[in-house]
Amino acid sequence: MHALHQVLHAFFNLHSFTLAMPDVWAGFQVNLKMMVVAEVFVLVLALGIAIVRGLPGPAAKPLRALAIAYTDFFRGTPIIIVAFFIGFGLPGLQLGFISNLSFTTYGIITLTLVYTAYVTEVYRAGIESVHASQRAAARSLGLTYAQTMRYVIVPQAVRRVIPPLLNDFVGLQKDTSIVYVIGVTEAASLAQQFSTTNGDFPSYLVAAVFFILITIPLARFTDHLVAARERRERAQAF
Amino acid sequence: MSANGTGVGSTEPASSAGAGFAGAGAGNAFVEVREVSKWFGDLQVLDKVSLHVPEHHVVCLIGASGSGKSTLLRCLNLLEHVEEGEIHVDGLQLTNGKVDVNELRKKIGIVFQAYNLFPHMTVLQNVTLAPRKARGLSRNEAEARARLLLRRIGLEAKADEFPDRLSGGQQQRVAIVRALAMEPKLMLLDEITSALDPQLVSDVLQLVRELAESGMTMIVATHEMGFAREVADKVCFLDAGKILEEGPPEQIFSSPSEPRTREFLARVLEAEKLQ
Repeated sequence: MHALHQVLHAFFNLHSFTLAMPDVWAGFQVNLKMMVVAEVFVLVLALGIAIVRGLPGPAAKPLRALAIAYTDFFRGTPIIIVAFFIGFGLPGLQLGFISNLSFTTYGIITLTLVYTAYVTEVYRAGIESVHASQRAAARSLGLTYAQTMRYVIVPQAVRRVIPPLLNDFVGLQKDTSIVYVIGVTEAASLAQQFSTTNGDFPSYLVAAVFFILITIPLARFTDHLVAARERRERAQAF
Repeated sequence: MSANGTGVGSTEPASSAGAGFAGAGAGNAFVEVREVSKWFGDLQVLDKVSLHVPEHHVVCLIGASGSGKSTLLRCLNLLEHVEEGEIHVDGLQLTNGKVDVNELRKKIGIVFQAYNLFPHMTVLQNVTLAPRKARGLSRNEAEARARLLLRRIGLEAKADEFPDRLSGGQQQRVAIVRALAMEPKLMLLDEITSALDPQLVSDVLQLVRELAESGMTMIVATHEMGFAREVADKVCFLDAGKILEEGPPEQIFSSPSEPRTREFLARVLEAEKLQ
């Protein structure tokens, strides 16, 4: 009974929970900033790399190889290692402004590099899922390869991959707390500081609640999109 | 074949492109295919095919599935690579690797069995995309022309619908109009009624009939023998990648000389009776 009371007190102490909130919230705003900025970059860069990876012809082979090397490297490397590379490596290189960015910016670069690799694969699957006959129809109307991609293939591909895309973004949102290892002052690191100072753990719970609160709506929204599409497809089948 | 549909709003030429080729005699080859062969891996799908199509003529390709009709059509606008032989369209040599495929394809419309409309675009957007992006027409101009074409096939009211709201026959007529909006000089029709319910076929065929009457040069792969007989200037029977027999429709359908042609026609006739 005493042990249970201790556990409850250490983790779920309402007083301590309330006290930790302002600090952790201040840190969580950094997480929010990193996720929004990284997501925007990821969306754009990943689409670019996915398109490069699908370029036809022998002339584009070096570009395709580069795109493949990029995704292989950043999907295969643990994000914490990438964070060390960027957060500790770049400042050490003394490369002018690249070596003098804020911790938060290094965090954003890390998240962008890693998640661009994942999302490139998502886009690529989407592009490949558009039936070849759509390409044939567009090209036979005299549209160029680039026009066909822009107006016919990519819009259909993007619509199809929105659910898996949002899924990856849930991952990205959570991983914004990993980059605390390179010194970013964010929700997890401030929760840890608070916990060390106070000798209890409700501050972690505060951080967890913040993350969950933004993840749940995204997850439900993804579910909704998937369900809506299934309804549409079933309606079409009849 | 089913009776002529009355769903098409007008009997005037469905495209201004069909009319007004001045000075071209019927003897001029608009399409000249010489000894074209093609393989998919080890399988030879075209075997020394030669075809001569004068301007304003309609040529129908008949034959079983897999006989090479579609592949031949797809070679004509370079959707398929030609491995041997030569193809000339409108004086352009297609097979020497120097032709600008995008320019070529603007002159050649193709309509597919499965319509292949762009599902994320409205009917109007489907019809105006290529005129705007490939021909550089303004949005207003392209839309005005598209609406005119849609009115001619009685689908103006569907301009802002998405393709999945249309019947198969309506979708196929939109696909034809989408090709016509580029004002092509040659139309390739690849079994365009094969995916349609029988009661939807007649509207589509009526539109093709009007195109033929307007003088559009067409090469039509079809299983509709009655239709081929009616509109074709020449019928070619393909078998295993070869043009086994060709001639005016009366000859091919009434007194084919090749046993394979007779066999094929007998089978198709049998199938039509069963329907």
